[in-house]
Amino acid sequence: MAQVTTVKVQAPPAELEREPLVLNNRGLGWISDKIAGIAEGKTPKWWWPAFIISVTLMMMMFTCVAYLISTGVGVWGLNQPVGWAWDITNFVFWIGIGHAGTLISAVLFLLRQKWRTSINRAAEAMTLFAVVCAGIFPVIHTGRIWFALYPGYLIPAPNSNAIWPQFRSPLLWDVFAVSTYGTVSLLFWYVGLVPDLATMRDRATTKVRKFAYGLFAHGWTGANRHWRHYETAYLRLAGLSTPLVLSVHSIVSFDFAVSQVPGWHTTIFPPYFVAGAIFSGFGMVLTLMLPLRTICGLQDVITLRHVELMGKVILATGSIVGYAYAMEFFIAWYGGNPYEKYAFMNRAFGPYWWAYWSMVSCNVICPQLFWFKKIRRHVVIVFIISIFVNIGMWFERFVIIVTSLHRDYLPSSWGYFMPTWVDVCTFIGSFGLFGTLFLLFMRFLPIIAISEVKGVTPQADPHHPLGGAKSGGHH
Amino acid sequence: MAIQSQSQVGAAPVLSRPYALLAEFDTPADALHAAEKVRDAGFRKWDVHTPFAVHGMDAAMGLKNSKVGWFSFFGGVLGLTTGMLMIWYMNGFDYQIVVGGKPLFSPLYAFPVSYELTILFASFATLFGMFGLNRLPRLHHPLLKNRRFLQVTHDKFFVVIETADPRYSETETRKLLESSGSKHIEMVEEA
Repeated sequence: MAQVTTVKVQAPPAELEREPLVLNNRGLGWISDKIAGIAEGKTPKWWWPAFIISVTLMMMMFTCVAYLISTGVGVWGLNQPVGWAWDITNFVFWIGIGHAGTLISAVLFLLRQKWRTSINRAAEAMTLFAVVCAGIFPVIHTGRIWFALYPGYLIPAPNSNAIWPQFRSPLLWDVFAVSTYGTVSLLFWYVGLVPDLATMRDRATTKVRKFAYGLFAHGWTGANRHWRHYETAYLRLAGLSTPLVLSVHSIVSFDFAVSQVPGWHTTIFPPYFVAGAIFSGFGMVLTLMLPLRTICGLQDVITLRHVELMGKVILATGSIVGYAYAMEFFIAWYGGNPYEKYAFMNRAFGPYWWAYWSMVSCNVICPQLFWFKKIRRHVVIVFIISIFVNIGMWFERFVIIVTSLHRDYLPSSWGYFMPTWVDVCTFIGSFGLFGTLFLLFMRFLPIIAISEVKGVTPQADPHHPLGGAKSGGHH
Repeated sequence: MAIQSQSQVGAAPVLSRPYALLAEFDTPADALHAAEKVRDAGFRKWDVHTPFAVHGMDAAMGLKNSKVGWFSFFGGVLGLTTGMLMIWYMNGFDYQIVVGGKPLFSPLYAFPVSYELTILFASFATLFGMFGLNRLPRLHHPLLKNRRFLQVTHDKFFVVIETADPRYSETETRKLLESSGSKHIEMVEEA
C-alpha cells in the first residue's frame, strides 16, 4: 500500500477492445433512465391493441379448456391409435421454449458470457411464462383433472385405495422436473430482480409504486456486504439451474424414450431434446426481443452483436438437431429392427411427409443461413428465420409424437390424426396467455437487468479510465 | 455508556439522532480507494453502497468469501435425502408396488425425482440463506429516508460509516472521508 506508483492508466489499444456491449458510451444513469423508463412512462399506443388481442386469445383458450373439462377429451381429435397429439406437442413445445431463458441466465453466466446481461431478464420471464403455458397441457389432457389434485396423481398423495404414485414412471419424474423447473426459474428470476426493484422503488413518483416496488425489493440498499452474499447466491443458483435445465428436457424426452414405441425408444433423445429446446428457445427470444428492441429504442443495449451471437447459437444448436435427425435414421437402418426402420421410413415418406419435411426445412436448412455474417446482422431476416425456427420446432414434436403413434403394429389399427377446432383454439389461445403475461411484465418490471448491464460497461470498471481509475499498478 | 444514555435521556425531545456519515463518490474507482482507506483505518460498522456489484470491492473492504454456499450444500443434501426417503416410504414400505419382480426400492429409479428435489431444496436454501445473511427484508432503513442516497440505485457510490462504530469520531471520520476525495459528505439521521 505504501508504494504509490504514478503510472497513468491509458485506455487499452483499440485492437484489444471488443465490440462494446453498450453502444455510444452510455453512462450508468442513462441505462437506468432508459430501461426503467419503459415500465414507467405513459402506456405506448401499440400496447393496448396488443394486450386486448392477447387477452381475447387467452379467454378463447380458457373457454376451450372449460369445454374440454366439462365434456371430456373426446372434443379433441385424438383417439386410438393416436392417444397423444397436440396436447403433448404443445407441452413439449412450450417447455422447450423456456429452456433458452435458463440457458442465457445460468449457463452463459457460468461461462462468463457478459453479453447475456441485456437479454437475460426478458428471456427468464419468457421461461416462466412458457412454463405456465406448458403446464396447462399435461394437466388438462388427463380428462378428469380434479383427480390430479385430489386424491392426487400429480402430487405424491395416496389414492382412494391408499396406493401411492408409482415412482418408476417417467411421467411422474416429469411432474417433479417441470414443477421444480418452474419454481427454481422463478426464484432465480426474482433474485436477479431485487436490485432493479430497488431502482424502481427509488425512482417511483407515486406512493403506491414506491410501496409495491419497495416491498418486493426487501429494503435493498446496494450495500457491498449484501452484494457479496448476493453475487455468491446468484452464482450458486446459476450452478443449480444448469444441471436442472439439462435434466428437465432429458426427463421430458424420457416420457418417450423409456417407452417401447418404435420411433420413441431411442437413447439419443435426451441430448437431442436439450439441443432442440435451446434452439427453439433462442428462436423465441429473437422473435420477442427484435420487435421490442425497435419499439422501445433499445438498440444501444441490445446491439447487433447480441443479435449476431444469438444467431450463432441458433446455427450451432440447429446443426446438432439436424445431426440428430440424421443419426436417428442411421440407427434405424443400422439397428436392423424392422419396426424401427418402418417407423422412420413412414415418418419421412408416409402420410405425414409434409410435417416431416416442414420440420427439416425450418430446423435444418433455414438456420444454415446464419453462416453468413451479413444475414446474422440483418435484423429483419433474423426475425423471419426465428419465426421459422418456432414453426419447425413445433412440427418436430408433432412429428415425433404423431408419426410414431399413428401406425400401430396391425394395419387394422392404423389411423390419421386430424385436429378439431378445440385443439386449434386451445393452442392458439396459449399464445394469448403467453402474450398477456409478457405484456404485463414489460409494463411493470424492467425488461433488462439494469444493475447487470451497468456492471458490464467500462464506466463500472474501477480499473478503467472511464470508471475513474487515475493511477494503476497497485492492485 | 452511562454518560451516553444520560445524554440521550436529556435529549429526549429530539426525535432524530445521528446514524451514519455518508460520503458520495462519482466513480467506482473513487469509492474503491475510499473503501481501502476506511478498511485500513480499522472501521467495522461501515459499508459501501453501489448501483451494481463493483469488482474488487470485497478485497478493498477486507471482506471474506460469502458463506452462502453452505446453505446450498446442506439444502441439496436435505433434498436428496428427502427424495430417497419419500420414494422408499411410498413405493417400498407403506404400500409396496411390485413391478416386474424388480427390487421394491432402488436408488436408480428414485434418482430422477430425488435429483430434482436436490436442486429445489438447494435453491430455496440459497435464496433464504442469502436473505438471512443480509438481514433482509428490512423495509425501514435510515439510509432509505435520505434523498441524496436514492441515487445509489442510479449512478452514485456511497461510503457509509455508522456512528456506532467504536472508531467513529465526528471530526476525524469526516476528515478521512474528505481526504479520500468525496465531494459531498453529510450526516444521516435515524428518525
